[in-house]
Amino acid sequence: MQVLSPQFKPRATLALKDASLQAALGKARGGFVDKRAAAAAELPEFEQLREEAKAIKEHTLDHLDFYLERFEERVKAQGGQVHWARNAEDAQRIVLEICRKANAKTVTKGKSMVSEEVGINEVLEQEGIEVIETDLGEYIIQLAKEPPSHIIAPAVHKTKAQVSELFHAHHSKLGLTKVLTEVADLVNEARQVLRGKFFRADVGITGGNFLVAETGSSIIVTNEGNGDLTQTLARVHIVTSGIERVVPTLDDATTFLRLLARSATGQETETYTTVSSGPRRPGDPDGPEEYHVVLVDNGRSKMLAGRFREMLRCIRCGACMNHCPVYGAIGGHAYGWVYPGPMGSVLTPLFVGLDAAYDLPNACTLNGRCQSVCPVKIPLPDLLRELRHMQHEAKLSPWYQRAALAAWGFVASRPRLYHALTGLAVRALGWLGRGRGRFGYLPLASAWTKGRDLPAPQGKTFQEAWRERRGKSS
Amino acid sequence: MTSPVPAGPRIGLFATCLMDSFRPSVGFAAVKLLEDAGCTVEVPAAQTCCGQPALNSGDFATTRRLAKQVIETFAGFDYVVGPSGSCMATIKNDYPQLFADDPQWREKAEDLSRRSFELLSFLTDVLKVDRVKARFEGTVTYHDSCSGLRELGVKAQPRKLLATVEGLKLSEMQDAETCCGFGGTFCVKYPDISEKMASDKVANIEASGAGTLLGGDLGCLMNIAGRMKRLGKPVRVFHAAEVLAGMADGPGLAEPEVR
Ligand code: SF4
Repeated sequence: MQVLSPQFKPRATLALKDASLQAALGKARGGFVDKRAAAAAELPEFEQLREEAKAIKEHTLDHLDFYLERFEERVKAQGGQVHWARNAEDAQRIVLEICRKANAKTVTKGKSMVSEEVGINEVLEQEGIEVIETDLGEYIIQLAKEPPSHIIAPAVHKTKAQVSELFHAHHSKLGLTKVLTEVADLVNEARQVLRGKFFRADVGITGGNFLVAETGSSIIVTNEGNGDLTQTLARVHIVTSGIERVVPTLDDATTFLRLLARSATGQETETYTTVSSGPRRPGDPDGPEEYHVVLVDNGRSKMLAGRFREMLRCIRCGACMNHCPVYGAIGGHAYGWVYPGPMGSVLTPLFVGLDAAYDLPNACTLNGRCQSVCPVKIPLPDLLRELRHMQHEAKLSPWYQRAALAAWGFVASRPRLYHALTGLAVRALGWLGRGRGRFGYLPLASAWTKGRDLPAPQGKTFQEAWRERRGKSS
Repeated sequence: MTSPVPAGPRIGLFATCLMDSFRPSVGFAAVKLLEDAGCTVEVPAAQTCCGQPALNSGDFATTRRLAKQVIETFAGFDYVVGPSGSCMATIKNDYPQLFADDPQWREKAEDLSRRSFELLSFLTDVLKVDRVKARFEGTVTYHDSCSGLRELGVKAQPRKLLATVEGLKLSEMQDAETCCGFGGTFCVKYPDISEKMASDKVANIEASGAGTLLGGDLGCLMNIAGRMKRLGKPVRVFHAAEVLAGMADGPGLAEPEVR
């Protein structure tokens, strides 16, 4: 996928001016937040579950090699195959080879962020294979030729009217010419179109929300049931998953399932939770002939050894972006790569580079709301600050910011000088602003005064006024 | 005019850089509240800023330099109290982390951390103040600043005290806990995004029907007041300490001097 993160600023500005995007975002924001809050409040042990989930992940990460090998062993014992992809190219090649061997013409896909990350669709399409996204949101953005703007609601940036137009444009040639305005009708039409594709599919690709080491199973959760159809109707089922998604036991997986739905959408559980363990066995009524798991590293083992290890606890629930006021203002596309919002602002620089994704860790007020709702308690603000630190050390920040910071740091470490200078500035500004109490424009502060007035100081610094009132004694 | 024999705890007032420069009246309000509760308050001259601009810019070396300055300046006080959740969270939570690899300074930072408090929660939680003697006619709404709220757990404390202010009615706004878009240097590095967030906040304030906005952090209040004035809204803005100290009779933030 193309990396547009370097254009974060202009893209964010455009997003702010995009009326239909703003309408879509405004609608989504409240819904996710209120629903999650209600779901969390209804479960007395919710906070305790977060601690447990964090502990399970930490334990698993401590012994990641062990659990991955155990998972591989179990998958093989059940007749499945495990492939290790060191990077995106590996993953593309592995999936392509499986599809070639299967003589695939049509591939259906359940939602998988990893497959976005490593860019599976492009490679398959180049090979002349028809790739169909079967998650409704993914299907919509596939038609629109756009990347996802949210990790669980990829088309959250689209309004109903836009979807209606899109369907009309693409489905008319299939004989579905009615312009639909109701959500239910739009969903039904997509279902109708997709149903045919499910039956034609040679290969079904899904993600894996969790991989269970104990049983060699992969678990996916969906609300549309598209994942089930993707993986049971195709001859070959490929699971693409990051290596960090393994958990030791089925029991552990249930801890996460309870947290995932509530954190993501405020549901007690997603509509479909599907556990698959290997290909179809003799006597099974359905299931694929082949079952493959592609375990993607793509920088994860490096993260495991470094200061961003905690990020590997992420279960991709999307709560952090749902609660992020910056995401809420600009939507997901401005972030310019696969993962948006707080988790994306940590991950993207690690994947595409501190420089290319310079703005992402910086475009954050460090308000901490993401961390407060993250089901696995990832300290996202601290990680973002750590990235800023690395950027600062690598001298990636703009020179004028560094110069201003250095000058400020120099003065702030010299209290006498600091108070002399602030005393003067405050006196001048206080006098100038006395009439109106504020400034509509101020040179050197134009970034502030662009969208808001600057309150005028009261005329003296507190230090000065205090010493006048109370004398030098204290 | 401090009495020669100090009674009650000896407080070093952390005069936050924004308060010091833009709104000394908040400092005087803080002093009054602390003295009314029996504290002796001093304002060390050797303080400047907690270092947050450097910390949040990833310049940890400069932050450490400023942190050491704060640690030394406030050694010996029973408590260090400041009218800002953001600055006090930096001192309380971030300083010890900054010296993770320096046991000697880490210990000093932890000692300071234990003694440091945000003003409003200090009054209720440590000094056990449960009422103030103040009057304020009108309906107010309260913005929960992020650092105070999420890092220090400041939420009920200011409301508890405000409830004892005569004549004051509190009307909660929607999304009171949502960031206003200030974020320190964020607001000038990403002014467009910040403006949108501030506008959302202003809309919620307006919808609350309150005539006055209160909060515990000057950064946020300056941001919101500035946006509100730009949009021509009449809502007044004060730091909660000013109202609690009965010192909100002058101009609010971004208002002209009354003559
Ligand atoms: S960082 Fe936390 S909140 Fe965000 S997607 Fe990952 S698990 Fe969910």
